[in-house]
Amino acid sequence: MSFERTQEKLKILADAAKYDVSCASSGSKRNNASKGLGDATGMGICHSYTEDGRCVSLLKILLTNYCIFDCAYCVTRKSNDIKRAAFQVQEVVDLTINFYRRNYIEGLFLSSGIFKSADYTMERLVAVAKKLRLEENFNGYIHLKSIPGASDELMKEAGLYADRLSVNIEIPTEEGLKLLAPEKRREDFIKPMVKVKNEIILYKSEKKLIKSTPKFAPGGQSTQMIIGASGESDQQIMWTSNYFYKKFNLKRVYYSGYIPISYDARLPQIGTAVPMLRENRLYQTDWLMRFYGFEVHEILNQEHQNLDLEVDPKLGWALRNLEQFPVDVNKAEKRMLARVPGLGMKSVYKIIEARRFRNLNWEHLQRMGVALNRAKYFLICESRNFERRDLTGPQLKSLILQNSTSKYQKVLSPQLNLFD
Amino acid sequence: MQIPKESILVYDGTFDGFLTCVFQVYDLKLKQVDIQPKSHAMDSLFAMRDEVLTDPEKADRVWRGIKKKTSATGSSRLYYAFLSEQHQIENLLLRYIQYALKSALPIDADFTNQDVLKVTQIAKSVGREKHRMEAFVRFRLTKDELYFANIEPDFDVLPLISKHFERRYADQKWVIYDLKRNYGLYYDLEKVDIINLILPENFDATKTSKEFFANEELEFQTLWQDYFESTNITSRKNMKLHIRHVPKRYWKYLSEKLR
Repeated sequence: MSFERTQEKLKILADAAKYDVSCASSGSKRNNASKGLGDATGMGICHSYTEDGRCVSLLKILLTNYCIFDCAYCVTRKSNDIKRAAFQVQEVVDLTINFYRRNYIEGLFLSSGIFKSADYTMERLVAVAKKLRLEENFNGYIHLKSIPGASDELMKEAGLYADRLSVNIEIPTEEGLKLLAPEKRREDFIKPMVKVKNEIILYKSEKKLIKSTPKFAPGGQSTQMIIGASGESDQQIMWTSNYFYKKFNLKRVYYSGYIPISYDARLPQIGTAVPMLRENRLYQTDWLMRFYGFEVHEILNQEHQNLDLEVDPKLGWALRNLEQFPVDVNKAEKRMLARVPGLGMKSVYKIIEARRFRNLNWEHLQRMGVALNRAKYFLICESRNFERRDLTGPQLKSLILQNSTSKYQKVLSPQLNLFD
Repeated sequence: MQIPKESILVYDGTFDGFLTCVFQVYDLKLKQVDIQPKSHAMDSLFAMRDEVLTDPEKADRVWRGIKKKTSATGSSRLYYAFLSEQHQIENLLLRYIQYALKSALPIDADFTNQDVLKVTQIAKSVGREKHRMEAFVRFRLTKDELYFANIEPDFDVLPLISKHFERRYADQKWVIYDLKRNYGLYYDLEKVDIINLILPENFDATKTSKEFFANEELEFQTLWQDYFESTNITSRKNMKLHIRHVPKRYWKYLSEKLR
């Protein structure tokens, strides 16, 4: 491995890969059974964090940034005048192993621009994973990108070596895709996803009968959508997301606020702020759907097509459904506790455990870490003090906002002026 | 002469030593007790001072008793909190154990009890430090083919991270050394041992000198630093968040922060 050449390539191909936000390394079950290198069981680990606060868990690189496509939102699009580079299979293997041995990373996240054809590209990605597993006895985490249009045979092979596979649908709506990536079709993204989903189901059922059945993508599938590049509403984004979770059993959908990288008139111009607050609200909604028992239409529907940036989506929902409150902390079911603004799932579990010993009061809740500044308007407990006024949603909202400071204050104020 | 009301039990600082003290408290039916590690023992005019000799058998009896009365989370919570080395942690743990042993029901989830809540919170901080060390250990390849890492964790977490590294790096020799507590773990491809090192006088843990480390070591550090820089998105920069995730006290041994 020539140090200077690798260094140059690494700079280019890491830079090009950074817009993929997924960095999960959890949820796999690959243990180090043969005294080899690496172990991908249990929790993921963030070995570092970038200065923008994102987790660095995997060596995230492109195999190459040469690409035959010209998607407007993508930094490696054919028409973009940038430096191009390509790794050799062995270079990626060496980098991964040496970074892993030093405890820099949990494994590899390998994506690629599409050169020649989908299959040609996918074949290279699979070759890296295969070499790591079979020649290096590597049991760390491998996340491979499924290249849209890759054949079923290659996807099947990929699943045998990778822990996770992902295809980024990137644009939440079909109209958006037509506008920004006219060469690409929805079906091309969906085909490898369907194949992987079916194989996962198949391997799991075989494993029940025959113990020695190999693992197939034990970390599941994920996808990513770019937010704010094609004028879509939050409702469109989250309904698409919900569709993909349900239809393809995805482990995760990632939302990536669009970072302006082009002067293309179809897109937000360079210098436009990254919609980070909106991204955050979408993730909160995603969590409400996956862990808090909410249905997507409860939060986003025809009447409410966009999330309120000022308050979190759970509080937003509660303010529209005040008739369901207050909730008695000492009696309510888990399902309803999870819907109280200011109560996270950890607090919910603590409350359910602790109230078996005695009735809980405000002090107990505060010490357990409940965000009372929001929760107090929606709860009653072992105390005569509770919110007795019959406040309307908007009154309650302004009361809560007055008594709290958002970490997004700076972001919020100009936007509020815009929308008022 | 009046009999002093309080007893001070001084022990050797080990977990077994602490459990032996707990044994003694029950054995002698001591009422007011103050358990202190030898390294931080304080004399008192009004107390009986007693040095407790660590007895693995007694410790084991106490531990089995605790395990019968607590969930798996509860007993490991006690051990985690003990490793925090916080001042007076022994007395807090003793109160937790006494509450657990006298209660008919398991009390691990009684978060309305101040001692249970406090021990839970301390154990959580220790758990967080354990997880951080699993993330922030940076091995450097030495001239004699050994992967060496130095750490200075807030709490004594080496016993908690041993298994993790043994499983993960089964095919390379490694040392993780706690410079603050002056002991480390050494894995020789077979098993993990506890070691004490006398580091060379000219050894600077924040530098990678060619005298001690392999030639390619600096190259990989450079590649890692390059990677760290390239993967950053400047238009999203958020140093507050960055520092919350990677507090500054850890920076001095993180190769990506040393450029």
